[in-house]
Amino acid sequence: MIKWLEDNTPKMVLAPSFIAVLIFVYGFIAWTAWVSLTRSRLLPKYEIEGFIQYDRLFASPRWDTAFTNLFIFGILFIVIAMILGLLLAILLDQNIRTEGALRTIYLYPMALSMIVTGTAWKWILNPGLGLEATVRGWGYENFTFDWLVNPDMAIYTIVIAAIWQSSGFVMALFLAGLRSVDGEIIKAAQVDGIPTWRVYTAIIIPSMAPIFLSAFIVLSHLAIKSFDLVIALTGGGPGYATDLPATYMYAMAFSRGDIGQAASSAMIMMMVVFTIVVPYLYSELRSKDG
Amino acid sequence: MADISPYTEARPSQAGKIALRWGLYLLLGLFAIFYLMPLFVMVMTSLKSLDEIRTGDLISLPREVTFDAWRTAWSGACTGIQCEGMRPYFWNSMLIAIPGVAISTLLGAMNGYVISQWNFRGANIIFSLMLFGCFIPFQVVLLPMARMLGMMGIAGTIPGLIFVHVIYGLGFTTLFFRNYYVSIPSELTKAAKVDGAGFFRIFWSIFLPLSIPIIVVTVIWQFTQIWNDFLFGVSFSQAGTQPVTVALNNIVNSTTGVKEYNVDMAAAIIAALPTLLVYVVAGKYFVRGLTAGSVKG
Repeated sequence: MIKWLEDNTPKMVLAPSFIAVLIFVYGFIAWTAWVSLTRSRLLPKYEIEGFIQYDRLFASPRWDTAFTNLFIFGILFIVIAMILGLLLAILLDQNIRTEGALRTIYLYPMALSMIVTGTAWKWILNPGLGLEATVRGWGYENFTFDWLVNPDMAIYTIVIAAIWQSSGFVMALFLAGLRSVDGEIIKAAQVDGIPTWRVYTAIIIPSMAPIFLSAFIVLSHLAIKSFDLVIALTGGGPGYATDLPATYMYAMAFSRGDIGQAASSAMIMMMVVFTIVVPYLYSELRSKDG
Repeated sequence: MADISPYTEARPSQAGKIALRWGLYLLLGLFAIFYLMPLFVMVMTSLKSLDEIRTGDLISLPREVTFDAWRTAWSGACTGIQCEGMRPYFWNSMLIAIPGVAISTLLGAMNGYVISQWNFRGANIIFSLMLFGCFIPFQVVLLPMARMLGMMGIAGTIPGLIFVHVIYGLGFTTLFFRNYYVSIPSELTKAAKVDGAGFFRIFWSIFLPLSIPIIVVTVIWQFTQIWNDFLFGVSFSQAGTQPVTVALNNIVNSTTGVKEYNVDMAAAIIAALPTLLVYVVAGKYFVRGLTAGSVKG
């Protein structure tokens, strides 16, 4: 008996967490998947009816906007944050005397809640009193910057705020990568008289491919989950011009009382994450075993 | 004689080098301004009176420094019908974050210890399944979780929010500890077993004392996550149990009365202070958590 207990203690310690993950992650995903195939509205129903919720979803102009926005926002956010992060990392890698302080400054937004970031940028971008009024006050009477209230441009304000928040993190990732490149190779290249920019483009950057991949994974994950920032900065507006799948799902679940739509939109989000993360996780776990 | 290196002529002169250096620092300085500007604007706005905000501009220093907005934000600003400021919600967030961090860190440490040191068949599959839980968009669990909390009788309560944060924090805390313990040679555990130490004894006397750095990383990571959370807070709280992020959003979007931008900014800084403080005091560990969560994820 005691022997059995001794042998099985590790399993029993792990069991509660494992069961919790089975129920609250996998069980819940299954529940949502199931409900997304029913006619659920205010209350969940459990008779499977096929893909009607997905048909409704893709027929909805609001979802269409939200899904398009995800790609506009996601691509701009990921590409610009990566370029900016890489640029900052390379600039900081030139034996800068104040590197520590600058790194702290570039990275602090990552410690803030998206709600705080959204609140701050909402004030800065306020057309009546913010940046626009400030620049006009300097004498440029015709300066206009009304993206926050312009349905065609509002999505880009979210891109700006998200980049401000996350690019420092990308910098930290790349900086760690730059520091791990073999110094001997770089020295040898410099002795050969190869200019610094060539050393970067031909030697250092190609050797950081895995870091590009992790930065991409993290940023795309942030983009798909973006919810707080939209709520705080634009509230999804003007109209629903800045809706993202996450805000669409929330609106359906908690203010429209349309559980079927909430579940099906959540499943689409899940699938987008799946297609990005699963190959990555798979290769990571495989390489660890090997 | 012809120069054989194609690059020699591109070498900058001494003067060019100095100019390049200055340009570099200038560029870095401009970026620093870009990142600091919103914080600077927030602080300045929070110290101005509403009149000065309407007439002045975003980045000017306050002509007359006033802390009225801070007082209102802390204890008088309205979140909908209630006008108690940020104070009660600030404490709510503490009440959620402290147990949430403690429980998820302890469980993560135990899980990581089992997975890395007491490898049994299936342990790696369990780890992969838990790891995957880190990556799901939480929207996919919101609806069933709302029902489950109702069934458990903790819907809209602080224990309910603690529960949710512990469950969905487990993946990351387990990952942190597993990756840390995996580098500790298993001979150590084996030797301790031969000496008659049991499972808990080995954990308590050998692993825990070695774990201080990873505990700091995990605690900071979890605290930042839970404190800054909005989605769970807004979905699973009710009037009176909302965390600080939800209260901030309600204050900013409260439609009653005049828009008090200075109060909004003071409230935003109050909501940001704890995590900013952690970042300033323990930035090294904060960064380590960020990179551990992504590079090794």
